[in-house]
Amino acid sequence: MELDPVFLSRLQFAFVISFHIIFPAFTIGLGAWLATIEGARLVTGNPVYRRVFDFWLRIFALSFGMGVVTGVVMAFQFGTNWGVLAEKTGSIQGPLLGYESFTAFMLEASFFGVMLLGRNRVSPGFYFFACCMVSLGTMFSSFWILANNSWMQVPVGHTIVDGKIIPSDWWAIVTGPVMMVRWPHMLLAAFLTTGMCVASTGAWYVLRNVHRAEASVMLHWGLAFVAVVIPVQLFFGHLTGLYVLKQQPAKFAAIEARWKNEQPASETLIGIPDSKAEKNLYAISIPKLGSMIASGNWTAPEVGLESFPREDRPPVVIPFFGFRVMVGMGLLMLGISWLGNLLRFRGRLETTRWFLWGTFLAFPSGFIAILSGWYTAEVGRQPWVVYGILRTKDAVTPSLVAGDVLFSLTGYVLVYAVFVAFGTYYIYKLLREGPTGAATAIPNATPNRPMAFADDAASATGSGRR
Amino acid sequence: MEATNLAVFWASVIAASILIYVILDGFDLGVGILFGFARDETNRLQILNTIAPFWDGNETWLVIVGASLFAAFPVVYTVFLGAFYIPVLLMLFGLIFRGIAFEFRQRTEHMRWLWNWGFFIGSTVAAFVQGAAIGAMMRGIPVTNGHFAGHTFDWVRPFPILTGVGLVLGYALLGAGWIVYKSEGALRDWAYARIPWLVAGVFVVVGLAFTAAVTLDAGAVAQSNLQARGWGLAFPTMGVVALIGVIVGTRARRDAVPFYLTTVFFVASYLTLGVMFWPYIVPYSVTVANAASPDASLGFFFVGGIIVLPMILIYTMGVYRVFRGKRHRGYS
Repeated sequence: MELDPVFLSRLQFAFVISFHIIFPAFTIGLGAWLATIEGARLVTGNPVYRRVFDFWLRIFALSFGMGVVTGVVMAFQFGTNWGVLAEKTGSIQGPLLGYESFTAFMLEASFFGVMLLGRNRVSPGFYFFACCMVSLGTMFSSFWILANNSWMQVPVGHTIVDGKIIPSDWWAIVTGPVMMVRWPHMLLAAFLTTGMCVASTGAWYVLRNVHRAEASVMLHWGLAFVAVVIPVQLFFGHLTGLYVLKQQPAKFAAIEARWKNEQPASETLIGIPDSKAEKNLYAISIPKLGSMIASGNWTAPEVGLESFPREDRPPVVIPFFGFRVMVGMGLLMLGISWLGNLLRFRGRLETTRWFLWGTFLAFPSGFIAILSGWYTAEVGRQPWVVYGILRTKDAVTPSLVAGDVLFSLTGYVLVYAVFVAFGTYYIYKLLREGPTGAATAIPNATPNRPMAFADDAASATGSGRR
Repeated sequence: MEATNLAVFWASVIAASILIYVILDGFDLGVGILFGFARDETNRLQILNTIAPFWDGNETWLVIVGASLFAAFPVVYTVFLGAFYIPVLLMLFGLIFRGIAFEFRQRTEHMRWLWNWGFFIGSTVAAFVQGAAIGAMMRGIPVTNGHFAGHTFDWVRPFPILTGVGLVLGYALLGAGWIVYKSEGALRDWAYARIPWLVAGVFVVVGLAFTAAVTLDAGAVAQSNLQARGWGLAFPTMGVVALIGVIVGTRARRDAVPFYLTTVFFVASYLTLGVMFWPYIVPYSVTVANAASPDASLGFFFVGGIIVLPMILIYTMGVYRVFRGKRHRGYS
């Protein structure tokens, strides 16, 4: 692959969005988790729930802050590197992404402040309400992102007049059938990601024999939640697969690494796709299963990549492996959560150390699943940036030269290395310390400065330091 | 082609948001620039505390500008970000470093020097590239088929560099005014002592840029509408008067005067640019009317705008009210 502005811009976008997505995904899950645990506290009055809440609230604040900073970068990517895309589809993508920013700001300006600062200033009922609204707000924020991306996957609700894309039906754009499958899929992914992190944090404390009361809550609730939600997620994953089969058959063939048209089609479980020879090396395949998965019977014909002109085919390797990694993570979560609940019913959950180690080490499973799933969806859409309307190679800013993008990409890698390393380190430090003491609102803090909440009052602005 | 009402609405919202951004983030970028010249840790902490509750919210307005431009004027969004690829990149890096330095410097003793430099350099770089972008816009941005048609380093010319330095000094002046407004004792004296020098610097650099624009660099003023609109000269005059007022207020030790009059200077400069540019939204090639999204998009986004923008405005004012005065919570 040569270093042209298109390739480098794709690499840069993949880089900055990969670092961005992990924070909002974590935040969406944490928002829901905080609302849940606050609700439980309200009903039972159990002080353990309060400590668990205060602990995760700081991590929520730090993660929200990291999401905002990496999100500001995203707000400019479309214009700097994808000028033709922005100019051609701005009439649709602009308002959708604009609404996302507005949603995030509205959140910051309203209930987020109550959640971070208002514990002692509002009634417990209203505080709980604020937590629910923050959780809803984070979900609503993802709504716009998914509406935008779903439109790029399967464009609907627009007309093309003189080469200009004009929105004709906003309702169709924001509630298209694809959107209604992919948004829940993303939300559940965020919930599962956080569920696994919560359970794994609990397992960590149990293994170290610290914060046992809080650890129990995290471990039990986390595993129970994942156990219930993961089958639902697998179902939505299946629905997502169906839309891909119907609307983006080339992507489906790439995910399956199916080079030739087959009847009945076999299913390649694993192998190494060889794009030059157009076959799979060391493949393990099961005859007829491919037809069953795609069409629900054992004899249906399935299209292979040979049915598509070469210039319309997506790359195969990334969708093929990305999909398998995602599904693998899903099955891992299923295994851990169901086994964990089995142990729980037998009363052995907190004494089975090998299982606790497994749960602890599985903390990144959700993040890995989200990233690999997105890689599958986005790389599988290639060579289109807006499916069937605009090709990726035609979407890049015309004035860019390779040197510009190489410079910016190197810059982002360096800056993010410092920034994300420190941010992640602070989150790690908070997690390691665990729920010690109550979260205190620090002087000078506003909801605009969520990162300031992650530390104790004395050190966040230095106000206490003399 | 006439601009539709919705297009004018969004152009006004964006213009107002840019002005709000320049003044609000201007003072805390300016404080960040002055921070580089602070003497010791106590001094630095006091300086940081004058902007602690505000800086992050101020940055919000930049994202509002970016998001609204993309939604309402996608052509402008792409032309600007294409023309200013490197400046925008440097600005984002500057803002990231400024932000994380603020939050992280207290958590480490032996790495603090790094974050101190990050805060100062981040603020300075962000200010400089914004100023350079203004200078490049005054010279005009070439556009063909809705895209930037120049080169990556077109903004690296003597004139944009001059305006870049001008904005660094201008923000520093605004920041010095803010510190005076928000502090007492030694820190206030320290900031007061810097104001006359900064006023002189702003006057010389901006004056030089203005003169250069009129005489040497035919690209800047000759193309603009300032000559045709003689009444527009009221704004540069207003700016000069405001600068004189800053000096007078500093001599009289009236704490609120330098900040507010520097703000007036910024408004006057902004309006001067407005007179030069209007009806162009990308000087001097794209007008508001032909850059606007179809009304179907502007209308859809309008619904969000009239709900969210007043909310953010009220919230911003609320924060400033809560932390009003010199001794807001946490300051010592």
